[in-house]
Amino acid sequence: MKYLDEFRNPAIAQQLFAEIHAQTTRPWAIMEVCGGQTHSILRNGIDQLLPPSIELIHGPGCPVCVTPLEILDKALAIAAQPGVLFCSFGDMLRVPGSTKDLFRVKSEGADVRIVYSPLDAVRLAQSHPTREVVFFGIGFETTAPANAMAVFQARQLGLRNFSMLVSHVLVPPAISAILESPQTRVQAFLAAGHVCSVMGVQAYEPLVARYQVPIVVTGFEPLDVLEGIRRTVRQLEQGEARLENAYARAVQREGNRPAQQMLADVFTVTDRSWRGIGVVPQSGWRLSDRYREFDAEVRFAVQEIQTQESPLCRSGEVLQGLLKPPQCPAFGRECTPRTPLGATMVSNEGACAAYYQYGRFRAANAAANAL
Amino acid sequence: MHLPPDFNSWSCPLPLRSYPSIVMGHGGGGKLSAELVEHLFVPAFRSTALDLLGDAAVLAQPEGRLAFSTDSFVVRPLFFPGGNIGTLAVNGTVNDLAMMGAQPRYLTAALILEEGLPIAQLGVIVEAMANAARAAGVQIVAGDTKVVDKGHGDGIYINTSGIGVIPAGVEITPTQARPGDVVIVSGELGLHGIAILSVREGLEFGSPIASDCAPLHGLVAAMLTASPALHVLRDATRGGLAAVLNEIARSSQTGIVYAERKLPVPPAVAAACDLLGMDPVHIANEGKLVAIVAPEAADAVLAAMQRHPLGREAAIIGQVVAEHPGIVVARTGIGGTRIVDMQVGEQLPRIC
Amino acid sequence: MCLGIPGQVKSIYEVDGIRMGKADFAGIEKEVCLAYVPEIQVGDYTIIHVGFAITQLDEASAQESLRLFSAMGMLDEELGHPAQP
Repeated sequence: MKYLDEFRNPAIAQQLFAEIHAQTTRPWAIMEVCGGQTHSILRNGIDQLLPPSIELIHGPGCPVCVTPLEILDKALAIAAQPGVLFCSFGDMLRVPGSTKDLFRVKSEGADVRIVYSPLDAVRLAQSHPTREVVFFGIGFETTAPANAMAVFQARQLGLRNFSMLVSHVLVPPAISAILESPQTRVQAFLAAGHVCSVMGVQAYEPLVARYQVPIVVTGFEPLDVLEGIRRTVRQLEQGEARLENAYARAVQREGNRPAQQMLADVFTVTDRSWRGIGVVPQSGWRLSDRYREFDAEVRFAVQEIQTQESPLCRSGEVLQGLLKPPQCPAFGRECTPRTPLGATMVSNEGACAAYYQYGRFRAANAAANAL
Repeated sequence: MHLPPDFNSWSCPLPLRSYPSIVMGHGGGGKLSAELVEHLFVPAFRSTALDLLGDAAVLAQPEGRLAFSTDSFVVRPLFFPGGNIGTLAVNGTVNDLAMMGAQPRYLTAALILEEGLPIAQLGVIVEAMANAARAAGVQIVAGDTKVVDKGHGDGIYINTSGIGVIPAGVEITPTQARPGDVVIVSGELGLHGIAILSVREGLEFGSPIASDCAPLHGLVAAMLTASPALHVLRDATRGGLAAVLNEIARSSQTGIVYAERKLPVPPAVAAACDLLGMDPVHIANEGKLVAIVAPEAADAVLAAMQRHPLGREAAIIGQVVAEHPGIVVARTGIGGTRIVDMQVGEQLPRIC
Repeated sequence: MCLGIPGQVKSIYEVDGIRMGKADFAGIEKEVCLAYVPEIQVGDYTIIHVGFAITQLDEASAQESLRLFSAMGMLDEELGHPAQP
């Protein structure tokens, strides 16, 4: 595919690896913020080809991992109500709530559907006028314009049977929270390219200035990730702290203005709880008061939800890079990909699931070598 | 070749034209049931055993060991580019038998129909089963039909069971992978799953992408002629290549390593996977097999496969190793490695 | 987060008052929402996330990145850096 395959070129990847190796003289801890980058790193085996002194810390940029338990339990409660047609991206169906996940609710009779685009949910509302169609509006700034458009269009079409359970989160406040933590080990960030395609890069300038950390806006294909790492390491080695854009083909400085205008109309910044991390001030979006009638939390009586996070799960510390998954006492015992206690064990690119896989590989190799 | 099914050109052989759709009575054991059998199934499937309409098929006892398998088919949509649930139901069981090296001989077919299924659709499906059986050289010798209330089924479910004969000297079992063996796939990966997804996700393909649904016993026979040293054969259906390789690695307690750049993945499948956040090795196939072959036989087997119409794109993708038993490792396009596990459940489109 | 794939705009039309279109991904066409890329024309490339064009892809910039990558390799060879890590 054009503009995809070129950025997977193995020969150039080798050159970038060589550059990074040549540049690196000390240990560095770099956080890739975005789950999409984590996926690319693991999918391509990038982490194993980097100098051992470069540690990549998987950041909180995965909506599957950070959607708070309270919202998940609300989703499960709404989906289970009679007459509801509950729509979600495929990512969220296996994420455990307090006692179950959306697959289980579906098996108990709920009508849960996977959609590719939020507009598909609007179409379902049009074609099912007697059903209450609820869309699970999760994601970061990249996904928010699509979800905003769905709400906007539902209002344009006068759809009274469409609502959205909103759990949007924002990247800059999360980076800020990580840097504010006294125990933080993160020395530089790969910022999430597609988030910046929408929001631009200005929000990161004050972070670079205040915390003196390099931030490099980075894409998702192997060469993009390597170029992001190369530029980050170069800054670290030279003692610099600048904002760089290593994904210029998709990120303009000012971002996408029409999308930002729609976001300003449909959403309002709010405090948001991140699963495993806690409440981060001003770190999310809710529907603005103009669109309150489309808020599923208002439409369905789900305000009073009692959540129960597994006391064994320490995914919050993992997400902040404070704890490595194998250091968690539940890792590989009570908590495995088949029986995940927390969201970081659910998705393949969740930090815990990734460590679990490679741990298995290393253990098997060690056993084979011992023979 | 891959035109959408034409229900209008199909003329209903049933005398009771007042029922254009399946009603509960079609499964009631009375006249309506009998008409379905006499006018639809028996003429389509035409076998001596079925013509007798007894309670069981009576078959001559073949020489040698038998392979016996059963599989149930549920698919949405029922009709997809390159086939329908009827083609799947026949080829699926034929392939299960073929993976043991057997020559498939007889099939049974049990159909669960949902009230309201248009008879024309049933007709097209039954015709497809008959054609697939003919093409595979198997006879459908017994069958059954039941009807469930509307809303209690997805139009039609089909179960087929099959019997095949294993030639003397053929010994293919899932536990036989040995370190040093070569891993071969018989052709392009992911076509069936993407053909199904394209209907569900509204993807349109410039060049047609069709299910690869096909009977594989002819290909297997050609491979066995080239060399009897086939250690393991599996058809890479649900769960795709990744599931099959993991099963082989686990049951033989070996490791498997393959190179991603050697996988025959058609550009349209690769693009659809990029778009939906999926991996071609997890996508279902219905006409592809994985062979684990002794290294000294690999070239001969590969050549025999490439001479067969269903194995033209066959390729060596990796090998069996002693390290990391039970685990499948891919060498990635840029030279890294990663573990390739089975999916926990079905693969879902993802956004992140 | 945020799977985004480059596609080429093949057609532009309106549905329910919203700018929509078809985008091509290596031979696959899919309907996408173009409301957030009002300037985009047929033939341009865009990045699609959950069925929405989130930005126009800057082709000149893409070519420039690739050119710099290749140049880096040549520079390496001149400096005698190893090609393998």
